[in-house]
This record gives sequence, C-alpha cells and structure tokens, in this order.
Amino acid sequence: MSVSIFRKVLFALASSLLFVTSASAEQKYNMTQGVTEISHQVYDLHMLIFWLVTVVGIIVFAVMIYSIMFHRKSRGAVAAQFHESTKVEIVWTTIPFIILVLIAIPATKTLLAIEDTDSDVDMSIKITGHQWKWHYEYMDEDGISFFSALDAKSNEVRQLHSGKDPKEVENYLLNVDNPLVIPVKKKVRFLITANDVIHSWWVPAFGMKRDAIPGYINEYWANVEEPGTYRGQCAELCGKDHGFMPIVVVAKEEADYKKWVNEQKARARAAADEEASGKVWAMGELMARGEKLYNSTCASCHMVNGEGIPNVFPALKGSAIATGPVASHLDIVVHGSKKNPAMVAFGKQLSNVDLAAIITYERNAWGNNTGDVVQPSAIAEIKK
Amino acid sequence: MSTVMSHEDSHHDHHPTGITRWLFTTNHKDIGTLYLWFAFTMLMIGGVMALVIRTELFQPGLQFVEPNFFNQMTTLHGLIMVFGAIMPAFVGLANWQIPLMIGAPDMALPRMNNWSFWILPFAGLMLVSTLFMDGGGPNFGWTFYAPLSTKYGPPSTDFFIFSVHLLGFSSIMGSINVIATILNMRAPGMTLMKMPLFVWTWLITAFLLIAVMPVLAGAVTMMLTDRNFGTSFFDAAGGGDPVLFQHVFWFFGHPEVYIMILPAFGVVSQIIPTFARKKLFGYASMVYAVAAIAFLSFIVWAHHMFTVGMPAAGELYFMYATVIIAVPTAVKVFNWAATMWKGSLTFETPMLWALAFVFLFTIGGFTGLMLGVVPADFQYHDTYFVVAHFHYVLVSGALFGIIGGVYYWLPKWTGNMYSETLGKWHFWLTVISFNVTFFPMHFAGLAGMPRRIPDYNLQFADFNMWSSYGAFVFGFSQLLFLVLIIKCIKGGEKATDQVWEAADGLEWTVASPAPYHTFATPPEVK
Repeated sequence: MSVSIFRKVLFALASSLLFVTSASAEQKYNMTQGVTEISHQVYDLHMLIFWLVTVVGIIVFAVMIYSIMFHRKSRGAVAAQFHESTKVEIVWTTIPFIILVLIAIPATKTLLAIEDTDSDVDMSIKITGHQWKWHYEYMDEDGISFFSALDAKSNEVRQLHSGKDPKEVENYLLNVDNPLVIPVKKKVRFLITANDVIHSWWVPAFGMKRDAIPGYINEYWANVEEPGTYRGQCAELCGKDHGFMPIVVVAKEEADYKKWVNEQKARARAAADEEASGKVWAMGELMARGEKLYNSTCASCHMVNGEGIPNVFPALKGSAIATGPVASHLDIVVHGSKKNPAMVAFGKQLSNVDLAAIITYERNAWGNNTGDVVQPSAIAEIKK
Repeated sequence: MSTVMSHEDSHHDHHPTGITRWLFTTNHKDIGTLYLWFAFTMLMIGGVMALVIRTELFQPGLQFVEPNFFNQMTTLHGLIMVFGAIMPAFVGLANWQIPLMIGAPDMALPRMNNWSFWILPFAGLMLVSTLFMDGGGPNFGWTFYAPLSTKYGPPSTDFFIFSVHLLGFSSIMGSINVIATILNMRAPGMTLMKMPLFVWTWLITAFLLIAVMPVLAGAVTMMLTDRNFGTSFFDAAGGGDPVLFQHVFWFFGHPEVYIMILPAFGVVSQIIPTFARKKLFGYASMVYAVAAIAFLSFIVWAHHMFTVGMPAAGELYFMYATVIIAVPTAVKVFNWAATMWKGSLTFETPMLWALAFVFLFTIGGFTGLMLGVVPADFQYHDTYFVVAHFHYVLVSGALFGIIGGVYYWLPKWTGNMYSETLGKWHFWLTVISFNVTFFPMHFAGLAGMPRRIPDYNLQFADFNMWSSYGAFVFGFSQLLFLVLIIKCIKGGEKATDQVWEAADGLEWTVASPAPYHTFATPPEVK
C-alpha cells in the first residue's frame, strides 16, 4: 500500500519534469513505455528506481556540496574532532535497506508475471538466431517459416566506404526483408534458440530481451496492445555483423493477420510446386536470382565484390572452389565447411532453386566466367 | 626521525644503474615504479583503441574500420584496460605504499615480486601482437563468451588464452606477496584495526584475487581444450553447455570488478581525511563494509547474465543478493561525506580527484542498483546504459582513484611537488570530458542502442557525436598527466617529509623522496 502511495508521489514529481512529460511512443532520452502490459510495468519500475536514487543522490550530494562550500579552510573552518557514531551508522545502514525492500516488492511481482510463459498461450513462434539473420517458424501454422535479414537498402549503405548517406535510408539498420508478423491482443510465446553462437532477441517495445543460445530453448512472451511496426536489434555480440541483424515485428489486427497467414501459405505452396516441377532454368534467370540471394545471404562474409576479407573470410573471385570442379563447390555450399564453422550447411536453409542460383552466380560473377549452369536437380542429387 | 633514517640509510642507497637496475631489482619502490609505468603505457594503448572506436561511432555509417576490426578494438580495449592498466596500476601503488604504510623494509617476497612484474610486459606484448596475426586478434568482446570465442574464434585466440594465463600468474603472485607482507611485516604496535584503509582494502582485494584468478584460468583452459583437443565443455553439439562458460566467467568476473574498485576506496579513504583535516569517519564500519562487499561479490555473479533464461527463483535470488550490495556501498559514501562534514577543507589536486570519485562513482552505483533489478535489466542488458554504468565505476571509480593516489603520493616518491596549475587543468579537462563522453551513453542505451555495434540508426547520432567529442578531449588530456609527472620527476619545489599539512601515517615520516631503503629498523606505532 505504502509503496503505491510512494509511487504516486514520485510520479507526480516525475511529471513535473520536462523530459518525462514528453513521453511518447518513441522516447529519445528515456526507456520506451512499450506496447505490452509487461513493458508498461518495466517502465514504471525503471522510473520508480530512477526517482528513488535521484532523491537519495540529491540529499547525499547536497550534504557534500554544503561541506565543500562552507566547511573550507579558506573560510576559516576549523575541523571538528568527531569520527565515529554507532547510532548514525545503524541509521544509515537501515535506510538504504528499507529503500531496497520498496524496490524489491514491485520488481518481484513484475518478474513473476514475465516468467509466466505457460498459462493461456495463444500461439508459439520459434525464433532461431543465425550469423547474421533471424529465422522464424510459426509452430501453429503449417509451413510458415522464413529468414529475416537486414534490408537491401541499409545493407548497401552500411558497407565500409559505401559513399552513401545513411540519412537517406528510412529506418537505417532497423529494417528487414521479411518482418515477423503477429496478431494483437494474443499471448504470443516466443521459443528462442540459436544455430551457431549466442544472439539475443530484443524488441524494446515488448519490454524484454532473451538470449538465443545454441542447445537451449528460452521462452518469453508478449501480448501486444496495438497494431504497429516495432523494431529492435540483436543484443548479444555474435561476430562481425552483430550490428546488422535487426528485428522487425509487425503487429496486425486478427483479421489482417489471418489474411497474411493465408498469403504465406499460398506462397509456400507455389515455391514447393516450382521445386517439384523439374523445370530447367536458363543461365540469365539463375544469375539474376543468384545475385540477389548472394548479396543477402553470402556477402556479409564473402563481400559483394567476392573478394572476402583477407585471412578472415576467403575470396570467391578467382578461387579454387568457385572456378574448380562443380562437385566440390556444391558440397561446401550444401554441406558446409568442416574446417570453418562460419561456413554453415546452406542445404538446410535454402531451397534447391535458390542454391542452384547462388552457385551459378558464384561461378560466373566477378570474372569467374566458368560458364557452368547448375540446375536444381543437381542440388537435389547431392542432398540425397 | 627522518633525519636519523636518511643518515643511517645513506650507505645502503647505492644500487645498480642502467637497465640492470630495473631488470634485476627486488626493491619494492623500483618494482612499484615499473608497475605504474607499465600501467600508464597500457592505458595509452587501450586509450588509442577507444579512440578508434569513438572515431568510427562519430557518425552513422561505416567510414573508417571494417566491423571485424571494430570488434577487435572493443575486445582489446576492454582486456587491456582491465588487465593491463587498472590492475597493474593498483599493484604498483601497493608495492610503493604498503611497506611504507605498515613500516616494513620491503615486500615479503622480493624475488617473486620481480618475477610477477616481469611476466606482465610479455603477456601484454603477446596480447597486443594478436592484432598482427593471420585472421586478426580476439574479436569476441572482453567477456569472450563461448562458442563465439571457441569454435568461432580466430586462430590468435590461443595466444590470447596464453596471455590471460600469464596475467593470472602475475596477479596471483602479486596477491600472495601483498598478503604475506601485510600479515607478517607490520611494525610493532600496528594491529590490524590500526592499519590505514588503503592497506585494508588491498588485503581484502588480494584474497579476492587468489580466489578468482584460478577460476579464470580454469575457464580459459577449458576453452583451450575445446578449441584444440576435442573436448566439448562449452559446445552444445557435443553435450556441453555454452551457459556454463558464462557462470564460470562471471564467478571470476564479479569479484574482479571489486578487485578493481576496492583499492580505489582505500586511496580515497586516505586522501579525504588528509584534506578535510579530520579523521576518517567510521573507520571500523569502513573496514566491515569492504569485507561485506567482498563477501557479497562471490554470490551475485549471475546478475551479469539475467537474460540467459534462468529459472525465476534463480533470478529472484540473484536480484536480492545484488541489490543488498547497495547497503555497504552506501555506508562507505555516507562515511566519506561525514568525514568532510565540519572539516577544514582544502582542494589540492588529489582532493579534487577524490571528490570527483565520490560523486561520479555514486552515480555509477545508482545505475548499478538499477541494473540489479531483473525486469528492468531485461531492457538495460547489453545496451549503452551498461557501457555508461561500468565506465562510471571503472573510469571515474577505479581510474580516478589511481590518478588521485598518484597525485597524493607523487611528492613522496619524487621529492618534488607537482605543478598544481597543470594538475588542476588535467583534473578539470578530464572530469568534464569524462561526463561529456559517458553521460550521453545512458540516454543512448535507454533509447535502445545495443553495445558493441560499429554502426547505428540515426536516432542515436547526437549521443554518439557528443561521446566522441568527449572521448578525444579525455584522451588527449591524459598527455597533460604525462607531462606533469615527467616535470615532477625532473624537479620542482622541494617537498617536505610530511608533504600535506594534515597527512597522517608512517609513509609521511620518511624523507621525501623516500630513500631507496626505508624502515630497516621498524618504527614503533602507538
């Protein structure tokens, strides 16, 4: 009880200050209040502690500043002799302790609400962190699963010496090719894991982050109150492009969400049909598709110009693999490298058509000009 | 007394000259000097790396360095500052001051003292040399979380591991020496509860070091075998556990944080009474508070990793244990304030650093309390808010404590007063630029900027620009410190034995500069 009164007093104090009253969805100087019940509670807790420490700080600093102003030798101050008092020590050990209890009570309540990942769950989405993109799999909707990576425009501008101005990119570094779509007013549970190193899935508007750890499945949930687009980033250092794997969540009304789900399912069916059709692809088609996929999937290590990074990531331009026998090229892309874990088995991530396009592109771009055209059927063969 | 001393000691005062003096020295003062110069050198190297980071972050977009190199800079900046600058600097202060403050002729184990110093330059050189190896230096952050540092680490990681092992040997030997000296070599009459607070804080710090450096050695050894001998301690695919790494690392890491701050508490507890002309308020409670903080440091480690998905009960326990640390820490701050209260204050440069320490460390303590509260930490974790927090405790805490200590004892070491004008310039430039650099980071973090990223969205641009301006002023201001020290070594107004009007303690009873050998006959402490 006393806590809530205290909180009200503190909030009254808080709202008298400018930067808190200008609280909008996008905070420039403060934590966002977010769009979930939990994120509001987290924000309130943050402000409660902030004001408590501010008050304590003002008192302690005022005492010190008073001493500095008035107890100085140049003003003729003569030092007093006192140097201990058990009574005073007990008082100022007890007061901080009481303040801590005031903080711990609401903190415990909020924490227990956050950790309730089991009751009344409406749907679950599995999130897998990869170097350097996210994979989303809808556990309750058959066949909806996709990768989500930095959008092409940001990716182009963020290259070293790109000569392009980030100011001209909307949501620079905070935009993706395929956003995660969820319905509003549903308890959505996220099951978070990783494929390679540790990542951390963080959308500030949801009030939470959770680490994505290989071998673990972490849980976390959000019940978003209003439709909108919410942006976040990977929060755990995960290698070279840690700064370039944003998260975008689009929250839609139930009906719009249903519509989106149906579209996704139709698209998945079309892709499966394409794969099954056994179509023989022309070089031009594969090169166009391959270039796009290469730039989003492979270029973060091998670079857009195919030159890699000396001694860190191998070049493909003129390399033994990209210009040598097709079989070993297929093998390393589909099954990954045994020597270097950063080169993962893309056979598990991409469709046969996409893999064929990428390999065809790699064998003919940047002057590699081998003239080889790799068909999806060749990928299917090596996957067996 | 000092006249007697210098007369008696004059024939002992000769020592080898040239390089062999420094290579073979077993003298605590020489070794202290070596440690301090080593730390200053590493501070400059780590500082240059910080400026590379701030240069890249000055504007959105990548203008200067490639992300992989950026990661090497953040990693080595952290490692060098922690293991190369802050820790050796405190050992340097301990070497110089502990024997002088307890009335001992030297450290208890002088040859080991030589060895524990001379390991450091090689360990440091090996660490920095990784930058020039194939594949570049360590790029996984100073916390080197597995599997990024094991399966995915560059080849130079094995050199990094060897370097950490060497640094650990050095620290352990240094701490054994400190403990042996303090427990065995105090002057007659100096009971434990009469020891200066700097000596107390170092005694406790040394026990922390002995307890946790082997844990760090264990962590890097497991990394080594995971990388080279097919074990899977931290590899989930082989039945291991990546989170185990974090538990082991932070079981070392949290006490390590206090290893870097407790001796600074000690320095400040020496400086404030001197310039307040009043005894330290609550001496006994200060000692108990340091001991309580040291004890708590062992049982709170998981608050660095709240987001790994611990059970709620674990999160609650670590939250309660963590916020409790605020109690003894607050007691210390209150005691410092009470020491100043009704004192007779003057503001020579050491006092300025001590005051800045109390104000700014307290701000770092407040943000530490905020970070300890789990639900809020889920937002703060791994953002610039954390970066701001630990720079307030490690720069305006640990580093300001060291710099204040150097100013305080420099006249005793060199026999000359430093330039007060230059000292004040150094102080004000540093303290202002420090806040310009690190205060905006609180806002950047709260607004949502993750740490360890080389590029960012435009909404963070203003904060980063300010931080970069501040960082450059901060960095170059430290050159003033170098100039001041060199000038002070070369000459200046002669310092008296007592140096400061109200300085109290055995170190002020010997001549300035302190003779090569002091307290050959132990003084009597009443």
